[in-house]
Amino acid sequence: MFLITCPWCGEREESEFTYGHEAHITRPEDPSALSDDEWADYLFMRKNPKGPHLERWVHTAGCRRWFNVQRNTHTNAIMAIYKIGETPPKATTAGNKS
Amino acid sequence: MVDAYRLRSPLDHLGLTARAQAEAEYSGTGVVLSEIAHLCLINIRGDASDPAFIAAVEKSIKLTPPTAPNTVAGKPSQSRIMWLGPDEWLVITKPGRGERAMAELWKNLKDGKLHAAVTDSSEARTCIRIEGPRAREVLAKGCPIDLHPSAFGPGQSAQCIVAKCGVMLVQTAQAKDTAGTYELYVLRSFATYLWTWLEDASQEFGVRVA
Amino acid sequence: MTQSHRLYDGGRVDRSQPINFSFNGRRYTGYQGDTLASALLANGVMLVGRSFKYHRPRGIFSAGTEEPNALVQLERGPRTIANLLATRVPLYEGLDASSVNSWPSPNFDLMAINGLFHRLLPAGFYYKTFMWPVSGWKIYEHFIRRAAGLGRSPEEPDQDTYDKINAHADVVVVGAGPAGLAAARTAALSGARVILVDEQVELGGQLLSERFIIEGKPALEWVAEVEEELLANPNVTVLKHTTAFGYYDHNFICFLQNRADNVAFGAEGRTRQRVWRVRAKRVILATGAIERPLIYVDNDRPGCMLAGALRAYVNRYGVKPGTRHVIFTNNDDAYRTALDLKAAGADVACVIDIRPDPKGELVTRAHEAGIEVIENSAISGVLGSKRVKGVEVMALNEPGDSVTGRSRIVQCDTIGSSGGWNPVVHLHSHAGGKNVWRDSDGIFVPGETLQAEHTAGANHGNFSLQAALTDGIQAAQDAAKILGLKIKGKISAPAVGTDVIEEPWRLLWYIPTTAPTGQRGKHFLDPQNDVTAADVQLAAREGYRSVEHAKRYTTLGMATDQGKTGNIPGHAILASALGQTIPETGTTTFRPPYSPVTMGALAGRYVGEFFDPIRRTPMYEWHEQAGCLWEDVSQWKRPWYYPKDSESMRDAVNRECLAVRNNVGMLDATTLGKIDIQGPDAAEFLNRVYTNAWLKLAPGRCRYGLMLHEDGMVFDDGVTSCLGENHYLMTTTSGGAPNVLAWLEEWLQTEWPELKVYLTSVTEQYATLQLAGPNARALLSEFTSDIDLDNEAFPFMSWRDGTVGGIPARVFRISFTGEQSFEINVPASSGLSLWTDIMIAGEKYGITPFGTETMHVLRAEKGFIIVGQETDGTITPLDLGMNWIVSKAKPDFIGKRSLARADTARPDRKHLVGLRTIDPEVVLPEGAQLVAETRAKPPMDMIGHVTSSYYSAALGHSIALALVKNGRNRKGDTIYVPIDGTTTACEVVDPIFYDLEGERLNG
Repeated sequence: MFLITCPWCGEREESEFTYGHEAHITRPEDPSALSDDEWADYLFMRKNPKGPHLERWVHTAGCRRWFNVQRNTHTNAIMAIYKIGETPPKATTAGNKS
Repeated sequence: MVDAYRLRSPLDHLGLTARAQAEAEYSGTGVVLSEIAHLCLINIRGDASDPAFIAAVEKSIKLTPPTAPNTVAGKPSQSRIMWLGPDEWLVITKPGRGERAMAELWKNLKDGKLHAAVTDSSEARTCIRIEGPRAREVLAKGCPIDLHPSAFGPGQSAQCIVAKCGVMLVQTAQAKDTAGTYELYVLRSFATYLWTWLEDASQEFGVRVA
Repeated sequence: MTQSHRLYDGGRVDRSQPINFSFNGRRYTGYQGDTLASALLANGVMLVGRSFKYHRPRGIFSAGTEEPNALVQLERGPRTIANLLATRVPLYEGLDASSVNSWPSPNFDLMAINGLFHRLLPAGFYYKTFMWPVSGWKIYEHFIRRAAGLGRSPEEPDQDTYDKINAHADVVVVGAGPAGLAAARTAALSGARVILVDEQVELGGQLLSERFIIEGKPALEWVAEVEEELLANPNVTVLKHTTAFGYYDHNFICFLQNRADNVAFGAEGRTRQRVWRVRAKRVILATGAIERPLIYVDNDRPGCMLAGALRAYVNRYGVKPGTRHVIFTNNDDAYRTALDLKAAGADVACVIDIRPDPKGELVTRAHEAGIEVIENSAISGVLGSKRVKGVEVMALNEPGDSVTGRSRIVQCDTIGSSGGWNPVVHLHSHAGGKNVWRDSDGIFVPGETLQAEHTAGANHGNFSLQAALTDGIQAAQDAAKILGLKIKGKISAPAVGTDVIEEPWRLLWYIPTTAPTGQRGKHFLDPQNDVTAADVQLAAREGYRSVEHAKRYTTLGMATDQGKTGNIPGHAILASALGQTIPETGTTTFRPPYSPVTMGALAGRYVGEFFDPIRRTPMYEWHEQAGCLWEDVSQWKRPWYYPKDSESMRDAVNRECLAVRNNVGMLDATTLGKIDIQGPDAAEFLNRVYTNAWLKLAPGRCRYGLMLHEDGMVFDDGVTSCLGENHYLMTTTSGGAPNVLAWLEEWLQTEWPELKVYLTSVTEQYATLQLAGPNARALLSEFTSDIDLDNEAFPFMSWRDGTVGGIPARVFRISFTGEQSFEINVPASSGLSLWTDIMIAGEKYGITPFGTETMHVLRAEKGFIIVGQETDGTITPLDLGMNWIVSKAKPDFIGKRSLARADTARPDRKHLVGLRTIDPEVVLPEGAQLVAETRAKPPMDMIGHVTSSYYSAALGHSIALALVKNGRNRKGDTIYVPIDGTTTACEVVDPIFYDLEGERLNG
């Protein structure tokens, strides 16, 4: 059970949030200009790393805002939380010990 | 105006008025539960960084929308405005005052061509109040957020989960009262479940309806 | 029966409070303060059960949570509980317990014949034998389950209640032994919010079983002082009889609290058990250590126990476990047991020490007390079967891998063995912590952690009392420092008068006999699962090199005790067989729970009426009084149908359907999701999220829309209305409403922040009453004077504001049934009143309330889809034949590009079609698979499945919708539904069965 710091509401239990998907996958400007393979890449291909991962969550039971999380998928340490539109932090191997 | 007898609060079917009369003399109960029905609730969306938006809200309801998360501005005895998100608030006023507030907000925000949204939510939620020396303990059974007075004092609010139901939770106790008095604004469809759950969780402390 | 083994004085039991109980049908007496195990031992009862596989007689082994043998079935009937540990059940008046694993009794067990065939039951026996032939498993399983017989589940509902509570703390201290108490006391002095939790009924931990002195007083007086201090502090919560059973990510830790002394019956007016969900800023694990046995031959005979357990029974419970005791050890600590037994007047035959020349202070004291010490020797045999009768002792050779010389028999009925102590690293490991091998004493100690965690005391590898106290204080100081809290007052560890220097342990994981392993006796590692040293060695020979695989193959440590005593010796023996070191071999992963947790406690109050929230519409009570049956639609309760008298479902639904087609019916449609959309870019937003065109919808008009995910698959549908300039009201499916809103918000907040649009859910603001049928207009006209209901003035797919029955209302002319239909939205508080009035006024038209089933039939007659029924996340609008709603002109909308992907554009995908069974009375089961040609038996080529299927009263035959490969090109073909030996033939038809021209909409 994670403890996630919503950028607005503060620390809350994971059960208040919903995981979205990998962050920073921008919708192509003109999808019709893409080949099937390029479109499939946008649609289906994800990094799925063991280690730091940038991902998008929403505070479902709270303020309903979407935001980004950098989480180590191996240790579940949350390394950074930042708002939509903000620059992602550089991947580090450091984990927080809350 | 619809005749009052035709209006049913989400918890009317539980006969709470009759119970409150019958239980008024109970003493020493750890928990007191009540429904505050038919409050006027207005949802506002807008840009808090736009002074024109803030001014328009102030002009309409004489309250400044708070920008500090999880807080409520105004006195419980009068109108209040609760932070719901960085661009979202809930105005809470007494029964009967809603139409005017709604009209004012619509006029000042929407007709003023600001990008804002005003939505009547009065019917969507009811308010359950829980108070008494064991109220906090009862809530802790269903709510994972820290309700200790040092973390969640009077004037604080939170949108969170209580007993699997999404609620807007407000601490309305006086500053000196460490036991806490809480209001739970809950969607009307969930109200019966939440009330029944709270009453069940209160049993071990003794509970009465007010 | 007298308490033959009870001491005259001493211990924590109250001899003025006798307690009657029964075990395996015999009555006994114990005292307040006893556990079931201590009371049984006081009465001379050692034999408590039989083992899992061989059904060998088994006795009480320990005095705590590590107990592998003394599993009992407590009480009978609805309150019976299986597999409780006798060592952990506080005695209460009238307690009724029996052995779990013996039949008919532990003294005479018919299954013990397995023991004679033990050569046929090696490691992996079940895998090797019962897996072939596969069809035989049904027979074998019956036998195995019966033979295993680990307790019985109650067959009636639980009569007790359970709950959960959330808590937050600056510091959680797990374990109230010396380290935990010192830590909690120190942390409390910093003003921190502290929770101290311990599984035992009293604070003190190991101190309860020792004769230690702290600050010149008996240690338990110090414990009492600390307890008093903690209880007086409002920031401290002390939880006794509460087990921290799991430690999870981000410092989340869960406890199971027993809220009643009587563990079987719960307490009056409160829940029986409570799960604490605790979020801690810092956690101090002072979980202590568990003694590990020496692995000698036939070490499972009743009377074979842990040395520390003997001490606990003597010191804490005032009970002599046996009449003549032998201590078998590799360390000094076990000499305490010999000394304490002797001091209590119990007979100690000797101490057998595997070390060549022990000289520690405790050893000297044993000599002084006149206790014989046999050094450099081992137990090479155990006499007796249902109770130890003696031991055979032989000298060890220098490396300790064989016994030599002449054997000697020592008469005894109880053996206390000690192979050292293992730190209880379980919680540390749950939360991802690594363990580090400490070669000097052969233990795993907590290493690196992912959590905000400290370890202290024996769990930290600091076994002496003084070290534990110091360590506890240090951990709390460290925690306070990190939290930025200042400890008020000066803290120093209390002086301990009993600490002595102890000599090192001798690590000998396997105690040899004169015979090879597995011959002439067994060395048990896991006495509950009957896993022996020979099994582990066999697993190594058969190629199991991973400790995790060897564990599963041999079942070592997979019993209810999870190998708390035998795992480390077992892994050491595996390492030796593999020719590796122990850290190379590693240890199995510890997973929650630390000890068993009842399902009731995990469910808490979320059972029965509280299982999940029930969402009620404003008209719920009316439906209930009308006797409807309910359908669960996500968390909503929706009327399914309203049977009259003894009507069957089919009759009721036929009646409701015909009423709507011929007169008028009313449906509670409140649950449909409603989203208020405001903002100058609202139309553009709708244009992007729906497949059709939205830029030109005029105020007063409504439009149906279909939403796709970006992969082109149908996600939701509904009608959206233009309420005014830049103002829309979207409806969604009942179940999909929260997901749709979150999904729309994601697009707005992340991808298109430039769009000026605000979304607000208004689902619950309105009660929605749907009037449908040829008489809908006539009936509604009685209730409104300010809305012109004429077809011209109020055309299909439009809405009007006004009043209905004096209530402000918004009425939509939309239809999901194909009939003339009005959806009346009124403020939710007025919904019940209006519904009731319309039902009364509608009597002259024979108004009929209808439920979701009738709605489903009527829409299926019209070929309208239900998202989630006709779709499953793999269906495009084209598959559904809904090309008409997919804009060709719009350059883009969500999902558009995917519709052109090679796979989604291919013409022979599954298509939505209608099916008509050749026999019109047969209603196909929904979900039934379809085949183009039948064969005598599977496999057959499946070409699709039935998505919706009903009997249509209006048409007089059954109808079905189905997704069929290349279905639109199969119209007129006959396809088949083979189920359970019968085959139903059906014709592929158009999915619209009724009123093809849509003439009924205007009444």
